Amino acid sequence: MSLLTVISQIASGFGSTLIVFFCTLLFSMPLGILVALGRMSKFKPLSVLIQGIISILRGTPLMLQLIVVFYGPYYVFGLKLSTAWRLYATLIGFSINYAAYFAEIFRAGIQSIPVGQTEAATVLGYTKTQTFLKIIFPQMVKRTIPPVTNEVITLVKDTSLAFVLAYQEMFTYAKQVSAAMSSLMPLFVAGVFYYVFNLVVTLIMNYIEKRLNYYN
Amino acid sequence: MSLFEIKNVSKSFGDLKVLNDISVSVEEGEVVAIIGPSGSGKSTLLRCATMLETMDSGELSYLGEVAAHNDAEGKSVYASSSELRKIKSYFGLVFQQFNLFPHYSVLKNLIDAPISVQKRNASEVKKEAKELLVKMGLEGKENYYPQQLSGGQQQRVAIARALCMNPDILFFDEPTSALDPELTGEILKVIRQLAQEHMTMVIVTHEMAFARDVADRVIFMDGGYIVEEGKPEDVITNPKEERTKRFLARFAENG
Repeated sequence: MSLLTVISQIASGFGSTLIVFFCTLLFSMPLGILVALGRMSKFKPLSVLIQGIISILRGTPLMLQLIVVFYGPYYVFGLKLSTAWRLYATLIGFSINYAAYFAEIFRAGIQSIPVGQTEAATVLGYTKTQTFLKIIFPQMVKRTIPPVTNEVITLVKDTSLAFVLAYQEMFTYAKQVSAAMSSLMPLFVAGVFYYVFNLVVTLIMNYIEKRLNYYN
Repeated sequence: MSLFEIKNVSKSFGDLKVLNDISVSVEEGEVVAIIGPSGSGKSTLLRCATMLETMDSGELSYLGEVAAHNDAEGKSVYASSSELRKIKSYFGLVFQQFNLFPHYSVLKNLIDAPISVQKRNASEVKKEAKELLVKMGLEGKENYYPQQLSGGQQQRVAIARALCMNPDILFFDEPTSALDPELTGEILKVIRQLAQEHMTMVIVTHEMAFARDVADRVIFMDGGYIVEEGKPEDVITNPKEERTKRFLARFAENG
């Protein structure tokens, strides 16, 4: 098998990797904000409940969580699993897990903003929602870009965990080709794909960080 | 009817009683200075007046509209949030730390609340904001961000931001304490000018000379009580109470 064939084989799984990557970001970030707000709620039972869930999601392997989400409907409810469920379970597992990490980052970001900002907004008559959306949220985004970038980079590599659900993404292909060829070369090729992907992610995040540098 | 009235306020933080049954009322056009040592409760009084703190007991009203009253047990009960939102439009507050919004330009800091809270016409607000900036000596700074300005300039933006809401009364919480003496002068000049225009103001300050010059009435607080209150020439120049004398003597020593 020529290098070109290997590359094209592995690249054919890249689309699936991208789906997991973008859908996870799309779902986990807004969910992370909601979870962060719930975690900071003055209503103690909610905050304690969310704290517990975050603790479990961060304290157990993502791979284990993916398997639980995937087989849960079968073992718990006796439901028959369709093929499409592989993708959905992957996305649900990833989104929930990443939401837990994002929630803690966002919470730290929100709490790092001086209380004077909220007080100034309150005196000016902003509602709580307005204060959050106009004053707190934009400042939080700027402050959390570096830790969020870390998470996004980790996510690029974590997408390879989807192979445990036999979801056909890039890493699954790389392993299959590697086994068929009895060679490590396909895995190196996959590594280059992940590396370049992350290079692009880093460049984009750096650009966003720079754009938000219009104020200190 | 007083423009602002706070009656029999008590406030504790845990076991610490910060305000003991204090009453203050302010008439339209009056300039009141509140002086006193750190921890005397003067900032807490201001924070209760501007509803950043809730009173344990006591009554609060603006222009005769009740923001809080005492229930049968003497606990403060606040009005509905829509009522409070309306009452909030009667006053403005200038903070010690300015608390400008760093992600907004100077102009946006001024116009955002009038437009999105008071729902006023955007171009009208912009025009008024620009006039205010000129008045504050901040011409041409519209598109700067707060961090690009000096502390004195930032505080003047904060005063302009408060004025842009067209408040009936303006509170200042140690507006010059975060500034060096030179910048302090800038701010005091602006407040003096507002006093000449008969803006109703309550100013918590450590600037004794300024309080004496600009205030119609001076309140000296200590330990959560009002120790002495009256004309500046009485309270600052010829205090009656021993506690006031001791406090002012220390100021005279330190220049």
